[in-house]
Amino acid sequence: MPNLPRRLLLLTAATFLATPALAQAPSFSTTVRNQAFDPAEITVPAGKKFELHITNADAAPIEFESHSLRREKIIPPGKTAIISIGPLKAGNYEFEDEFHPKARGQLIAK
Amino acid sequence: VLAVAVIVFREVLEAALIVGIVMAASYGIPRRERWIGAGLGAGILGSVVLALIAGQITAAFSGMGQELLNATILLLAVGMLAWHNLWMAQHGREMAIHARGVGEGIRAGSRPLTALAVIAASASLREGAETVLFITGIATSGQETVLSMALGALGGLAAGLAAGVTIYAGLLRVPLSKLFTVTAWMVLLLAAGLAAQAMGFLVQADLVPTLGDEMWDSSSLLSEGSLLGRVLHTLLGYNSRPMGVQLLAYLGTLLAIGAPMYWLARPRSPRLPVVAAASLILAANLAA
Repeated sequence: MPNLPRRLLLLTAATFLATPALAQAPSFSTTVRNQAFDPAEITVPAGKKFELHITNADAAPIEFESHSLRREKIIPPGKTAIISIGPLKAGNYEFEDEFHPKARGQLIAK
Repeated sequence: VLAVAVIVFREVLEAALIVGIVMAASYGIPRRERWIGAGLGAGILGSVVLALIAGQITAAFSGMGQELLNATILLLAVGMLAWHNLWMAQHGREMAIHARGVGEGIRAGSRPLTALAVIAASASLREGAETVLFITGIATSGQETVLSMALGALGGLAAGLAAGVTIYAGLLRVPLSKLFTVTAWMVLLLAAGLAAQAMGFLVQADLVPTLGDEMWDSSSLLSEGSLLGRVLHTLLGYNSRPMGVQLLAYLGTLLAIGAPMYWLARPRSPRLPVVAAASLILAANLAA
């Protein structure tokens, strides 16, 4: 199906891919171990794009999910996932492991 | 048991709603059950394969394999929904007027059936792989007995399927003369919502700009965490905190599918070529 707007978006995407600006994004990490995020609270800069690195140190896959961040990603056991986030407004953004909803945490954007 | 059921239900819900709508939208098309069923089967098989190679997918494309795969599957579904709607816009009127004319339309080419199969496959593939991973995950961690896990999974699956059957049965109560107008709108909104979801994955992979991280926040009114929020998220593409690029994709898809639909479905005014030819012949006769 011809879909011009999407093509334009993909074109924009390609342009953005070609720029090395992403390399400068700061990164923050957390690890899931025994079905808990450690650290469970991460302070991140507001108004700035950054990367969140999530390591799954458990034996079962997890699904990082956050409605407020609008992010979801499955992380197989022993793997680290990288998610691009922001720029966020100042505030608290909760996240959880959808497969083990007891595992929760939050990003605090300041 | 309940925790497993809730999670499986969440994963199945979106696929079930999509298939329910597509079943209603293709009402009267012969052999649609077989094609949609085949699509579902392929999607479920594919889910198992995806779950098996989840590690490789996550690692692919410098860690963005999952996002690219999700976005691709979603955009494929958008394309097929568009195809279906445009085909229906062209043939739907004839179908509504004399219900048995459907078969003839289909004989002109079985293409919409392929679209239906691909939509069913893509709907079951994405959420299916997550469900398989989740279930195998609990199975390996051994926190639940096999029985409680199986009961939970089946309960969640049944509840999800019930939602799909409900929307299908509800749509079939619409009089046949209006059914395809209603389903065309639903398919259109569904496609726009899936396109916006695809943008979410591309942003997550840092492949497209957000164009505004949060256009508004209506999560205090209706959160996607609630059941209603989830259902509307699938049906209308409801998003309590949309990104600019998602809004753009939503509106762009509405326009990209809606405009040709409108154009194809509008009543043809007296056939122009026929009128032109007739007047030419008349003019030629008069001149002679």
